[in-house]
Amino acid sequence: MEAFIKGIGIVSPQNTTEGIKFLSEVVEYNSGYMSCVEPVYSNYISPVISRKLSRILKLSIVASKVCLSNSSIETPDAIITGTGLGCIQNTEDVLNSILENNESFIVPTSFIHSTHNTISSQIAIYLKCHGQNLTFSHRTFSFESAVLYGMIYLADKYGENVLVGGVDEMTPTLFDIGSKLIFKSISKSNLNMLNEKNKGAYAGEGMAFFTLSSNYSEGDYAKIKVVETIYNPDSVNSLKLKIEKAINSAGLSIGDIDAVMLGITGNSESNRYYQELINSLLKNKILLYYKHLCGEYFTSSSFALWCCANILKRQFIPSILRLNKNENNSITNILIYNQFNNKNHSIMLLGKC
Amino acid sequence: MLSKVFVTGIGTVTGIGINVSETFSSLTSQQTGISSAIYLDTIHRDAIPVCEVKASNEKLCELASISTKIRLTRTSLIGIIAAKEALESSGITNISAKKTGLISATTVGGMDKTEKYFGDYNSNKRFNEFICSHDSGSSTEIIADHLGIKEFISTISTACSASANAIIFGTQLIKHGILDRVLVGGTDALTKFTLNGFNALLILTKTECKPFDQNRTGLVLGEGAGYLVLESEKSVQEENKRIICEVKGYGNACDAYHQTATSPNGYGPYLSMQNALEMGGLKPDGIQYINAHGTGTTNNDLSEGKAIEQIFTEKVPYISSTKAYTGHLLGAAGSVEAVYCCLAIRERTIFPNLNFEEPMKELSFTPTDKVVKNINIENVMSNSFGFGGNNSSIIFSRC
Repeated sequence: MEAFIKGIGIVSPQNTTEGIKFLSEVVEYNSGYMSCVEPVYSNYISPVISRKLSRILKLSIVASKVCLSNSSIETPDAIITGTGLGCIQNTEDVLNSILENNESFIVPTSFIHSTHNTISSQIAIYLKCHGQNLTFSHRTFSFESAVLYGMIYLADKYGENVLVGGVDEMTPTLFDIGSKLIFKSISKSNLNMLNEKNKGAYAGEGMAFFTLSSNYSEGDYAKIKVVETIYNPDSVNSLKLKIEKAINSAGLSIGDIDAVMLGITGNSESNRYYQELINSLLKNKILLYYKHLCGEYFTSSSFALWCCANILKRQFIPSILRLNKNENNSITNILIYNQFNNKNHSIMLLGKC
Repeated sequence: MLSKVFVTGIGTVTGIGINVSETFSSLTSQQTGISSAIYLDTIHRDAIPVCEVKASNEKLCELASISTKIRLTRTSLIGIIAAKEALESSGITNISAKKTGLISATTVGGMDKTEKYFGDYNSNKRFNEFICSHDSGSSTEIIADHLGIKEFISTISTACSASANAIIFGTQLIKHGILDRVLVGGTDALTKFTLNGFNALLILTKTECKPFDQNRTGLVLGEGAGYLVLESEKSVQEENKRIICEVKGYGNACDAYHQTATSPNGYGPYLSMQNALEMGGLKPDGIQYINAHGTGTTNNDLSEGKAIEQIFTEKVPYISSTKAYTGHLLGAAGSVEAVYCCLAIRERTIFPNLNFEEPMKELSFTPTDKVVKNINIENVMSNSFGFGGNNSSIIFSRC
């Protein structure tokens, strides 16, 4: 099973929406969390529709529209979204009104737009797309599950083009609550992330959509060869074996991997697995990282996929992504590895077209 | 050649029973589980009927053989009980012997705890553990960890069709040889969040849930879980296993009309049913029973009914909605009703549509209102439609 990335649309804490520059100017954050650089909505959505939608829905529609135009496609055959927490702002609004009014008054629209599948379905309504429509919501497996489903969909020949997205929003309340457990505020600069070894990760958000296609066409970004989620492995060794097995399933071995994109956060506790892999399986590879640019969120691997697809297409690695100085003449295969909670491990293997 | 996919185990917990056998007896004796809320702490207790699982969280812990000291969400607890029953009924004892996965579905996940402690997170650390149990993936991981499932896990959240889509995804994973066996289904607890939300949409009935009745006044919310064990042809043959039925076809389509309302002609429902028939290689007259989505709202029953008429032009088969028994189980509805479809095939029985009195003026057919026994059912269609126009239909077939 493999799929070509035909086009991408991404809204993120970096200047990514227009899709022309590739991290040539970096947006720096000095406190709090990284939030999306908001596009001029009226360039993408009519104000009438825009007014009815919450921020996450508007940003997702922008990202999906950019993706389709980047893919020269009007309507995809199916829409599959991964989101760890869904429409969290609407969810908070409903919760707050239940608490504040003791169940006596709820704004219907907040509730209507609070379910996880609102993103996929609002895009479908916007595009009048009657094809398969699905939403995965499983922590850091959300986006990977959506990609896997998209690839199976293409393998089953239900359609030729599937729109696959990874979407999560950050809100002040979510950041506040999340800071009790997994997040921390940016103290100096997001670019200083690796030097902040104290507990917690910088928080962020993003919406990235990809058109996956069963057929190659000129201008495609890259080919997804493997997507695999590994849950709760018994040991680092068992994780390594599973990663190797997944790479082998694409007829490749670890030696064929030129670069590795890692989901490290800087926090020494959560970096244990990354370090163990860097010291063994991933020795001598070009190492890259991305969470200093978009922050930690459940579907952050979709930002990583955007980075790696661009690297393969442009055959260029922006220095801001580099974790070491290793070089290679050309970049043919990139492995993305992300993990959460030392429990949810996932990889995506990308190849040059 | 893609593998066939068989159902080898089922389990369910709802307001009409904490296992399959209790459920079957309620369905055939026409006993509803709908009443006033006992366990959900809400001001709407006397005004809005619901269908609760008839057990406190402490009692659920006991049923799941879990210490009450481990504080789990209600969604996880009912999920564990139903998932365990499905595994046991399939005779699976050694999870790691084969590639075994879990695809679970939920709409609100750990909302039952979130809505209780959301206001306290800043002042009281004692409840911080429930921050981690809020997201949809949490209940899936708790169930997976409890059962020792590691090979593959994922969670689907497409509102009221979520667990039907979990069955579809699980079927695909087996067809493509990614898994040998997979536990698929969904779980959702009743919450103030959903009760108040649906109430704001003015689609909750204050009286009775009457699917496909001219005088229907809305839906009743319920809670529960349903899981099925799906297995590959090879896995079934190796162990010479007893098969309940086959997953013959499925369709997933999007109405793409409105976030909460279905299009008047039911285009999304029409597509999902049509696609399921096509995949199953069946003509409409091959279906003997439809377990309808049939929520009892004005909008759903009309558009679902219209879509059914467009497909089953010659004759509408036996049809019933079982939501007047269990209430609408949201993310768990699809898989609980899939369990009922499996029972219909295995027990050669059609479960009636409760509270039906007057045919809908707009429809040419009426739902089955009496228990039909000793009937040969070859193929059953199960419909699940959700917010956002997420429509799914699955066909289960006798083997």
